[in-house]
Amino acid sequence: MIALSDFLILGAILFCISMAGIFLNRRNVIIILMSIELMLLAVNMNFVAFSHYLGDTAGQIFVFFILTVAAAEAAIGLAILVLLFRNRRTINVSNMDTLKG
Amino acid sequence: MVVLVRNPVHAVLFLVLAFFTSAGIWILLEAEFLAIVLVLVYVGAVMVLFLFVVMMLDFNLTPLRAGFVRYLPAGALVAAIVLIEMTLVVGPKHFGMDNIAAPIRHAADYSNTRELGSILYTIYVYPFEIAAVILLLAIVAAIALTMRKRPQTKYQNPAQQVMIRREDRIRVVKMQAEKKHRDE
Repeated sequence: MIALSDFLILGAILFCISMAGIFLNRRNVIIILMSIELMLLAVNMNFVAFSHYLGDTAGQIFVFFILTVAAAEAAIGLAILVLLFRNRRTINVSNMDTLKG
Repeated sequence: MVVLVRNPVHAVLFLVLAFFTSAGIWILLEAEFLAIVLVLVYVGAVMVLFLFVVMMLDFNLTPLRAGFVRYLPAGALVAAIVLIEMTLVVGPKHFGMDNIAAPIRHAADYSNTRELGSILYTIYVYPFEIAAVILLLAIVAAIALTMRKRPQTKYQNPAQQVMIRREDRIRVVKMQAEKKHRDE
């Protein structure tokens, strides 16, 4: 029988993979967006596992909302990315220094 | 794999694989509705959007990979440390079978979708409407960001079309009636 901790560890592994992805591919915006999606998937995995093992359906409702927000975020992020590429011909994060901070 | 492969298209496809396997695991966890939603929404919509963008933008990959090897030890080290700590927290010591027993399986006629809907439309109806508004916002924002006016494209101006008057278009010419020619 699969214990709850196995699902939580799987979520932790997914989260760490996505975190390492943000660390390694810090120049590529698309990979960073995909890593964020993977992070949200890890969170959703934890929600569903807890919801199943504690017998509470509210966790799955929250997963539903997280999916909604993640879809909206991905759409807007990719729109910004397309706009950026059209103007600057690059998606390199380190080139985005026009706004001198 | 998602973060390590060189080709972004392959990375997107690996992400699709990850979502598919997660959907399978969620079906095992008796969250069938969410598993189907994950496959439909994520694999069907969001990942296709990612694929479109990756294939549409033909960016140069070599400068994007700069510093990958340099950051590899640090990133792997941080990820490993975080993973070990999280595993110690959520490991079998605290969340194992001894502490939280496996729940009773539902009967065969149990409907996860019905269960979700009965909660979603009663207790959580207000967040549900907010989620709908967020989606509308995403639609409007994405279209407004990416729409551009091309100078060579011809547009109609409806205001100008409505405001047009009769005098602008036709010209009434007063002239003498012609004499009838005599037949030869």
